[in-house]
Amino acid sequence: MLILGVETATEQVGCAIGGHEGVLASAHCARGRRHAENLTPQIEFICHQAGIELSDIGLVAVDVGPGLFTGLRVGVSAAKAIAFALSVPMIAVCSLDLLAFTVRYSPRLIVAAIDARRGELYYAFYRQVPGGVQRISEQLLGTPDDLASELLATNDEVLLVGDGARRYSEVFEGLARVEHAEIGNSYPSASSLVQLAHPRAMREEFEQPEAIGPIYLRRPDAEINWSTRNG
Amino acid sequence: MREPFEGLPEGSLVLGIETSCDETAASVVRDGTEILSSVVSSQVDLHARYGGVVPEVASRAHTELLVPVTAQALVEAGVAGKDIAAVAATTGPGLVGALLVGVSAAKALALTWGVPFVSVNHLEAHLYAALLEEPDLEFPLVVLLVSGGHTMLVEMTDHGEYRLLGETLDDAAGEAFDKVARFLGLGYPGGPAIDTAALSGDPTAIRFPRAMIDDGLDFSFSGLKTAVVNHVRANPDAATEDVAASFQAAVVDVLVAKSRRAAVQSGAKALALGGGVAANTLLREQFLGGCADDRIQGFLPSRSMCTDNAAMIASAGWYRLQRLGPSSLDTGADPRDRLFQR
Ligand SMILES: [Zn+2]
Repeated sequence: MLILGVETATEQVGCAIGGHEGVLASAHCARGRRHAENLTPQIEFICHQAGIELSDIGLVAVDVGPGLFTGLRVGVSAAKAIAFALSVPMIAVCSLDLLAFTVRYSPRLIVAAIDARRGELYYAFYRQVPGGVQRISEQLLGTPDDLASELLATNDEVLLVGDGARRYSEVFEGLARVEHAEIGNSYPSASSLVQLAHPRAMREEFEQPEAIGPIYLRRPDAEINWSTRNG
Repeated sequence: MREPFEGLPEGSLVLGIETSCDETAASVVRDGTEILSSVVSSQVDLHARYGGVVPEVASRAHTELLVPVTAQALVEAGVAGKDIAAVAATTGPGLVGALLVGVSAAKALALTWGVPFVSVNHLEAHLYAALLEEPDLEFPLVVLLVSGGHTMLVEMTDHGEYRLLGETLDDAAGEAFDKVARFLGLGYPGGPAIDTAALSGDPTAIRFPRAMIDDGLDFSFSGLKTAVVNHVRANPDAATEDVAASFQAAVVDVLVAKSRRAAVQSGAKALALGGGVAANTLLREQFLGGCADDRIQGFLPSRSMCTDNAAMIASAGWYRLQRLGPSSLDTGADPRDRLFQR
């Protein structure tokens, strides 16, 4: 089964096609934040280069965040539209899981952190398990200082990965036992998305497309203001 | 790569997608003129408690609703994806986050089905709403486009040929309705609320100003809103219904007077209404009355065609595609897209 992966949770726009042979084609662009402009041409390009028709795709996997709201909506809307047009199932994967997956060979406590803007991060904790990583915390929203104090409290050696970890690296610098993953792993990868979705597709762990949507972790400001005002 | 575009053959179906504000809509239209389905999912209830459209709330709702609404449009039209010859979507003007949902989905559908994508200007589409219901409207046609976001007079001399005759210098007419309704405690959206309250009020009770009524084709509504506020503060006992009716009469007087002047100045053969405010009862009556007095063909699209819908997008998209060919797949949203350069 061929899988199309769509990934737009950060400044990067990515897509990949793969299956049991691994990843056949992928494209990533982290310049310009032109998610809506770039995504469809990128998908067309990788199909063309790999000699694949979109009608050969049997499953659409999508990164549902957390991440940049507008980027996520572009990716989720396009992925759902493609799955609808092809009448194929979907699988949703979290952005933080994708980040942790790329550093799965590390025995350290893995912390994936994505820039949430407004001085905050989306983050989660992971442990290596046979064949990958396992998330051992909720997906959280907090300031870099919140995360730094959680790291201080642990006795583990920590590996930080993600654009959020990089952006606020000075906050984590003084902490002993904390190391950063290499810069090439700072964004979730559409290739990892396809690789992660493949075994789940084999187990037919599909999701109803209606149930798939961005993970926001933050309510709209208007809603927050409204509920504060109206107690 | 793709074949050069040679025009859509007769009988072609265009899927239209509209997500520029707070309506998620999809529609199938044949040959730009025959509506096979038009599905509109309004988010008005989601925004009501905030007293206006909240962009983030709208974008979230579009993301959830767009595929189900599109699926329903295909089912109601009795067609399948493979029958669609092109996909059209609003790319502006509108709320950027909301527009991006529709553009992204529309381009993905076009790519997957292997058909052209065409970008549509929302204002142009409102002009096509009138032509969709009354294909015999003759050019030059003048359209008064009044909604929460826009108040403008447009002359259409042919398909794709438009001239902006006048527009609001401050608030849109619909915005004035919303603000005054909120001030009077009539709720949201303001248009229907004022329309209803005005039914039992006296439109001559208060003489509100008709800004710039004798002067050119541009509009101004912010002074009127201030006049309403000042009047109610000075006369706390004024009946809300009378204030609503008098306010509405002032807005409608200006809209109708300017439309008639625009039609005369441009030698229009027909005058039509468009946009959400065109659902207003008094405006509809006076607009037709004015057209009759001036012996010009007046046309009121049905209320569902005046408010945002995707049939007008599919229709405008069909005409644009036939004239200019497909839009590029790297098209994005342009929240301030203009149909006209002055
Ligand atoms: Zn509109």
